[in-house]
Amino acid sequence: MPPTSTPQFASPQGTPPQGTPPRTASLWAAYWRGVRQSLPFLLVIIPFGLLFGVAGTEAGFNLAEVMGFSILVIGGASQFTAVQLMTDNAPVIMVLLTSLAVNLRLAMYSAALSPHLGAAPVWQKALVSYFMVDQSYAMAAQDYEARPHQTLGEKLAYYAGACTPVCPQWYFSTWAGAVLGKAIPPAFALDFAVPITFLAMLAPMLRTPAHVAAALVSVGVALALAFLPSGLGLLIAAACAMMTGANVELWMQRRQA
Amino acid sequence: MSYSTAEIWTVIVLLGVGTFFLRFSFLGMIGNRPLPEWVLRYLRYTPVAVLPGLVAPLVIWPSATGGAFDLARLLAALATIGFGLATRNTLAAIIGGLAVLYLGIFGLS
Repeated sequence: MPPTSTPQFASPQGTPPQGTPPRTASLWAAYWRGVRQSLPFLLVIIPFGLLFGVAGTEAGFNLAEVMGFSILVIGGASQFTAVQLMTDNAPVIMVLLTSLAVNLRLAMYSAALSPHLGAAPVWQKALVSYFMVDQSYAMAAQDYEARPHQTLGEKLAYYAGACTPVCPQWYFSTWAGAVLGKAIPPAFALDFAVPITFLAMLAPMLRTPAHVAAALVSVGVALALAFLPSGLGLLIAAACAMMTGANVELWMQRRQA
Repeated sequence: MSYSTAEIWTVIVLLGVGTFFLRFSFLGMIGNRPLPEWVLRYLRYTPVAVLPGLVAPLVIWPSATGGAFDLARLLAALATIGFGLATRNTLAAIIGGLAVLYLGIFGLS
């Protein structure tokens, strides 16, 4: 997706005052604010995409398949999850269930954005959905809260801007990783790049005792059930861990009240 | 890995479609209705519920060593969590973890 085409989907739909300078100017202002504010994410997206390309190639996927993941899914954590489970030859249904579980949080983002963008036409909401990643959601949520009086068009333009430094770079860096990955000798233990990436995503999420408790239960149950067919133990562990997190949160709330 | 090309593309396409519908769910279909509090409470914990369980066996029984315990990999995993907790920064944690991994592999051998 060439960045130049991105602002199109943010143009005000239906309202014909096209080309009136102040409106277009405010849309471009919102678009560039989005680009500027999400620019720092390049530092995360590029190495992360490279790692996915390398990990996918190491696991035995060809270039088209690795790119298929990054273009059709655009969800780093779930892509890594799928690749890891497929390295273990888990059944297809387990790969799908577990990877989709990692993406459940996106439904939460969808709910959070819907008061702001729900009035847009369906094709624009489909584009917003396709490009909904942790970074674009986080930037949009903070911007819409900080500037509550934006028009729908400005909000969409900001969103398009916030996606511009993130999403196309995800494809390009995946491709670069897949091409370069073959040149890296096995002594560099790239098998372990995946666990390290997961742990690095995980550690900053451990904000509350409830999150820590959920993580510990997940580890304990997954190790205890490691004898089960691949993927099954993890699903059970994840369900136990979610219940633990939710209940510890409730318990802490009651204790404070 | 022993999947047919058709199985691989089934996973890629269905994961893509399923993920799209998770993203489209409220925005495009359910609309502007608040989620019940208990659903939000469960959703908040999905990443921390899935990722640790996925990683733990890879750390304890690494595939590259044929499942044999490996000190360099365990130290690298602990260092990644440590850097991640200290800096709250994913990239810093990756760099720190890889540094400890290579110190362990090339330094201890």
